[in-house]
Amino acid sequence: MEWQEVVKRLLQNKISLLGILIILFFIIVAVFAPWIAPPRDPDDPYLIPRAGWSIEPQPPSDEYIFGTTEGQYDIFYGIVWGTRTAFRIGLIVVGISTSIGIVLGTIAAYYGGWIDEILMRITDIFMSIPFIIATIVLVTILGQGLTNVMIALITFSWMSTARLMRSQVLSVKEDEFVQAALALGANDFRIIFRHIILNTIFPVVIQASMRMGSMVITASTLSFLGVGTPEGYADWGQMISFARNWILGVEGNPLNYWYTLIIPGVAITLFCLSWNLIGDAFRDILDPKLN
Amino acid sequence: MNKQALVEVKNLKTYFYTEEGIVKAVDGVDYEIYPGETLGIVGESGCGKSVTSLSIMRLVESPPGRIEAGEINFQGKDLTKISEKEMRKIRGNDISMIFQEPMTSLNPVYTVGDQIIEAIMLHKDVNRKEARKQAIDMLKKVGIPLPEQRVDEYPHQLSGGMRQRVMIAMALSCDPKLLIADEPTTALDVTIQAQILELMNSLKESYGMSIMMITHDLGVIAEVSDRVAVMYAGKVVEYTDVDTLFDDPKHPYTWGLMNSIPKLDKDVDRLEAIPGSVPSPLNFPKGCKFNTRCPLAEGKCYDEEPPLEEAAAGHKVRCWRYKDLEEIKKRGERIYEDRGVQK
Repeated sequence: MEWQEVVKRLLQNKISLLGILIILFFIIVAVFAPWIAPPRDPDDPYLIPRAGWSIEPQPPSDEYIFGTTEGQYDIFYGIVWGTRTAFRIGLIVVGISTSIGIVLGTIAAYYGGWIDEILMRITDIFMSIPFIIATIVLVTILGQGLTNVMIALITFSWMSTARLMRSQVLSVKEDEFVQAALALGANDFRIIFRHIILNTIFPVVIQASMRMGSMVITASTLSFLGVGTPEGYADWGQMISFARNWILGVEGNPLNYWYTLIIPGVAITLFCLSWNLIGDAFRDILDPKLN
Repeated sequence: MNKQALVEVKNLKTYFYTEEGIVKAVDGVDYEIYPGETLGIVGESGCGKSVTSLSIMRLVESPPGRIEAGEINFQGKDLTKISEKEMRKIRGNDISMIFQEPMTSLNPVYTVGDQIIEAIMLHKDVNRKEARKQAIDMLKKVGIPLPEQRVDEYPHQLSGGMRQRVMIAMALSCDPKLLIADEPTTALDVTIQAQILELMNSLKESYGMSIMMITHDLGVIAEVSDRVAVMYAGKVVEYTDVDTLFDDPKHPYTWGLMNSIPKLDKDVDRLEAIPGSVPSPLNFPKGCKFNTRCPLAEGKCYDEEPPLEEAAAGHKVRCWRYKDLEEIKKRGERIYEDRGVQK
């Protein structure tokens, strides 16, 4: 199937259209963040401004429409600029780890033999380490900060793409058009990039779009566990970790501080949901058995 | 023939090293292809005919496959010895290949034009515009109607016959001296088969190239070949020009093949059939490899492999008993069991 056809069907499918609309909304928020929530310090816009120094969160008001969370950090500002952080984490982590996976998987499958053996055993080793624990350890070693979180996530998330790509390439490289291209005198580089990868990329794209959401969740988890972004950095995961002490509310009113948890929670959920919707729709469109 | 051969294959051996053992897919094959002629290679599935052609192109998958011994002389070079880089210059340029399945031999994600242009630009120093012009020209030559339009279509928009024409256009786009055709018509229906064979014949003449036609279909051989090599179990068992082969087959295997084809001028209820199947290449019998199926096999056939012997001028045969077969032929007897009633 061609790209144009896929895009057309993505737009026709109601579910994926919903996903695309949500993503578009987030993109607009991210792009126009400086206008939606003007930073107090233009040199460090990711630092969430504080409304004071009191620990107790304050409910939504005219000045802080989503209220303030623990330490008087402005929730609205954190959500708006956190959108940028989410996209940064998602795009960079998924982009780089998927590229690594594609390259390794393709090389392993195309050349086979001992190259395949070595690359796949390395993949197995990486897969055998529990993901969250491995990333926590690596971030702890590298030191806190968004960049190090991304490095850790990339380090431990390329394996599934490598495996997927390997199995795809293994089947496509037996196709006669690869032989035909070889018989025309094409070199390995041309065969791999022109003839094999384009024929195997769709499942990887589906997987990558699904991972966009899950990487943001994992990054949030790391922030929640305290090894993520530094305090005060606009990041949804951090917003939730601020809510940790206030989840139970006060006696007689468990929802007293609902805004500290629900608002960043909704942002993360919507973000992940929309990528999953697109991924699902992608899969349905490309699965010949469902057509 | 005292012409200079274009390709000379000498004692070619291609083995596959599998977990079950060594598969001797091609085990000592010799033949020559002269300029402008069509050499037919015929044999059952698994007799090594495709591996022979892949060996010439050096496209045998390695591992497990390996060209173990032999020479492939082409224009003063031994193709088994040159580097991969040099080989890539020959592939598609001097030697081209077309495959059995036109449905899968074209990359589904590119237009046919893109693919022909790629082939042209790989070997010729031309810009894209010029390559496109040549591609349209090629499509016209292989008889594709409205080439200016077809050039921008995707493979799935074309029929099987059209795709095989595109494959031929692609293979011929760089004026190869040798075209290897690996069962090019097997996947096509009979009328399209005839068209494609005719097209190949006429292109062969206008380009002055040689063709190596690999097939299991003796009808195709009769139609296009000048000379024929019959292969069995990785070896050439009979090698002669096409008329002699059909008039006077000297190997019991060729004889069996000939008699297994229905003929319009003979009214026969059931055809003769060669019993059994090709032995597993992991487990070839001692002596002549055809001895498990040969009705004439006796004594020596089980002990010693016969050489490829010149039985008549330009007619080589690998059989201990080809002279006895001639006697039987003269008496008009059959050697294969008649498995039916003859009228």
